[in-house]
Amino acid sequence: RISSDGKLAKFQPPPKPVIIDKQKQREERRFLSPEFIPPRGRTDPLKFYMERKDMIQRRKVFNIPEFYVGSVLAVTTADLYANEKANRFVGICIQRGGKGLGATFVLRNVIEDQGVEICYELYSPRIQAIEVLKLEKRLDDNLMYLRDALPEYSTFDVNMKPVSHLDHEEVPVNKLQVRMKPKPWSKRWERPKYNIKGIKFELPEKTMKEAQKWSQPWLEFDMLREYDTSKIEEKIWKEVSEELKK
Amino acid sequence: SITGACRAIQKLTRVRVVDNSALGNTPYHRPPKCIHVYNKTGVGKVGDKILLAIKGEKKKALIVGHKMPGPTMTPRFDSNNVVLIEDNGNPIGTRIKTPIPYILRQREGEFSKVLAIAHNFV
Repeated sequence: RISSDGKLAKFQPPPKPVIIDKQKQREERRFLSPEFIPPRGRTDPLKFYMERKDMIQRRKVFNIPEFYVGSVLAVTTADLYANEKANRFVGICIQRGGKGLGATFVLRNVIEDQGVEICYELYSPRIQAIEVLKLEKRLDDNLMYLRDALPEYSTFDVNMKPVSHLDHEEVPVNKLQVRMKPKPWSKRWERPKYNIKGIKFELPEKTMKEAQKWSQPWLEFDMLREYDTSKIEEKIWKEVSEELKK
Repeated sequence: SITGACRAIQKLTRVRVVDNSALGNTPYHRPPKCIHVYNKTGVGKVGDKILLAIKGEKKKALIVGHKMPGPTMTPRFDSNNVVLIEDNGNPIGTRIKTPIPYILRQREGEFSKVLAIAHNFV
């Protein structure tokens, strides 16, 4: 075959077909909700076992989807004083706190230039539905700095359509660096105690250096603060997944 | 605001008037401040009446949202919001654009006129 140049083109073999064996089971992503992991302390593990049984019972009746801090959720709650008795709120999850049945998550949104945050309890019977509109992670575990960031980073459309999560394998990490309002902020987010990676600090070098004065580099090596949860997580994951499959 | 995090509303807190009344929206060199809270404790939460000092006048107002976190499932706003009100409970403005918590519907008797002019609920 002669190509457009006039010279003989090198023979390119056709690409090999990729065979995806759909019958073979794909490795499912393991996600254990953080409220199952018991906090470090001297309480009787029986208490956590009983709480876990109640949590699993609730999850069998009502589906609590997997979500992380930074994903956009829509929650419908039963409200006596709302029209049609149901109240829908869309927002980005900025923090997940509490362990066991008292686990909470805070959703934030800006409606009509007014920032609103609502703290919901995951296992409350008042919640009627939780939908994940956008499943993604952010660079930090706690997005409280969004209160001091420009409001465009906390606005989400109330009638947003759910973004389909493509792979069953990875959760996308949004490496967005947020721009802040001018100081003063509610907390000094530039300090190393908060360890925030998701802010684009436009502060002078002098301020950033001064903030490093409060760094405590010995904290990560402190052995008394160590809490290795890998083995506990394995046990709880087995227990929870078996119960939920029944 | 200049000072740091403020919580529920008490004497001398600066508030933000949320309705479209003339008193609330004309600029003045001093922000509207609370001078009295009609409550047994001096702390005002959502649904309490307060006395406001605006443009050199005293006016009553109703709290519709504050920065302090309340019970779970209730919204927490980023600013202390207030709606100007007469002594008999009639609102002065004609429209409230900012979202109002549904909890106010519980006291429909006292706040029916304020809830009637509100457009967004949370």
